[in-house]
Amino acid sequence: MTQVKMTVNGIPASGEVEGRTLLVHFLRDDLELTGTHVGCDTSQCGACVVHVNGNAVKACTMFAIEADGAEVDTIEGQAAPDGKLNTIQQAFQDHHGLQCGFCTPGMVMSAAALLKDNPKPSEAEVRHYLDGNICRCTGYHNIVKAIMAASGQEVSALAAE
Amino acid sequence: MYEFEIERPSSVADAVKALGQEDAQPLSGGQTLIPTLKARLAMPSVLVSLTGIKELQGVEMRDGALWIGGGTTHATVMHDAAESYPALAKLAARIGDPAVRNRGTIGGSLANNDPSACYPAAALASGATIETDRREIAADDYFQGMFTTALEEGEIVTGVRFPIPQAAHYEKFIQPASRFPLVAAYVAQFSDGVRVAITGASNEGVFRWTEAEAALSERFDADALDGLTLDGGNMIGDLHGSGAYRAHLCGVMTRRAVQAIA
Ligand SMILES: Cc1cc2nc3c(=O)[nH]c(=O)nc-3n(C[C@H](O)[C@H](O)[C@H](O)COP(=O)(O)OP(=O)(O)OC[C@H]3O[C@@H](n4cnc5c(N)ncnc54)[C@H](O)[C@@H]3O)c2cc1C
Ligand code: FES
Ligand code: FES
Repeated sequence: MTQVKMTVNGIPASGEVEGRTLLVHFLRDDLELTGTHVGCDTSQCGACVVHVNGNAVKACTMFAIEADGAEVDTIEGQAAPDGKLNTIQQAFQDHHGLQCGFCTPGMVMSAAALLKDNPKPSEAEVRHYLDGNICRCTGYHNIVKAIMAASGQEVSALAAE
Repeated sequence: MYEFEIERPSSVADAVKALGQEDAQPLSGGQTLIPTLKARLAMPSVLVSLTGIKELQGVEMRDGALWIGGGTTHATVMHDAAESYPALAKLAARIGDPAVRNRGTIGGSLANNDPSACYPAAALASGATIETDRREIAADDYFQGMFTTALEEGEIVTGVRFPIPQAAHYEKFIQPASRFPLVAAYVAQFSDGVRVAITGASNEGVFRWTEAEAALSERFDADALDGLTLDGGNMIGDLHGSGAYRAHLCGVMTRRAVQAIA
């Protein structure tokens, strides 16, 4: 077992992990941050997306040891401490960007990474950026709408399918 | 996954030493290796992580060629090669998805030599040189068939040098479920001729389409490819497409790449 230390949502965290322990399992099982989901476990679906040193990564496809010393941000750190949703989360709620909600943590974390680099993306850019985030419920349309709205853009013109 | 240890050396020399252990294997971005380990298709006892080695990082011009460190992520290539070699930066920008690009590396991609991977086509068409901890290997000698390269046990890809063509374009027909190319063509136009590399099609992995190169070197126009065909007999046939279909796509992708340049 190896000792790892990282900062998760601004709070120091540490634990003992095996070489094969995935970051997502360290977050969920050791830190009990179960908002990060495992949808496929084969690097396809993006339900496990978190930020490591500001970059979106699939937590199911990175070893916990590789995040030693890193700043990790998960869905739990997105809302304010009093529970007030951040702009992206609120936009998902307002625009019905989720149904079952399973993909939502990954969608929100991917959206946050996109808007950090590209504050006013086009609809095509949003769709391209979400290539690695699979949703089985919404048909994506309202997710795209929510992200466009979160970036402060007018969305009434996007067809409401 | 079976059990293994992870070591995190900070220099190439230490990594090479660590790889001397029995059943040791390099770990770079893990975007191919971790799924392989999960499927229990590999059983290393030690993974030697290359991600903490500074000398494997970087994108810079060296003696007129673009040098990219073996541990450089696709996302970094997409940003840092955008001015020096736009066609390569665009290729990197369309590998997988953003999260894959933030971890996956050029060295991992070239070492793995997946028959459908993107970078092997760029390296072969550009006439790149693969640098390792012990030697330099011309791309023409490096790719030796599906998942097979000239690398020896424990040899690390430390960097790649890309001569920069006058013009180049990578045309990728995306297989939307895997996000890999179903078939893709990389066309690079140099002052002394054109090179064309095809990925995703052949059972032998990435290859140069020499008839297309000759025709395009003679006359750089999509019409120069008229009448040229590849044999589907030795092409990958699977549920996504037959060998004949892939052979056809080779022509279509090459033609589009030429049109994008011309
Ligand atoms: C959802 C998804 C979509 C993808 N889409 C594409 C795509 O469209 N196009 C594409 O080309 N690829 C695609 N990939 C693969 C991706 O580009 C991988 O990042 C890449 O193939 C492997 O790089 P890595 O750094 O992750 O290597 P790893 O997974 O860490 O390693 C791969 C192999 O190379 C060895 N290795 C790693 N680095 C070195 C080195 N420097 N020297 C010697 N050996 C080394 C390892 O031991 C291992 O055998 C995709 C992957 C996923 C998960
Ligand atoms: S659980 Fe990580 S990509 Fe699906
Ligand atoms: S809301 Fe159910 S999977 Fe996306």
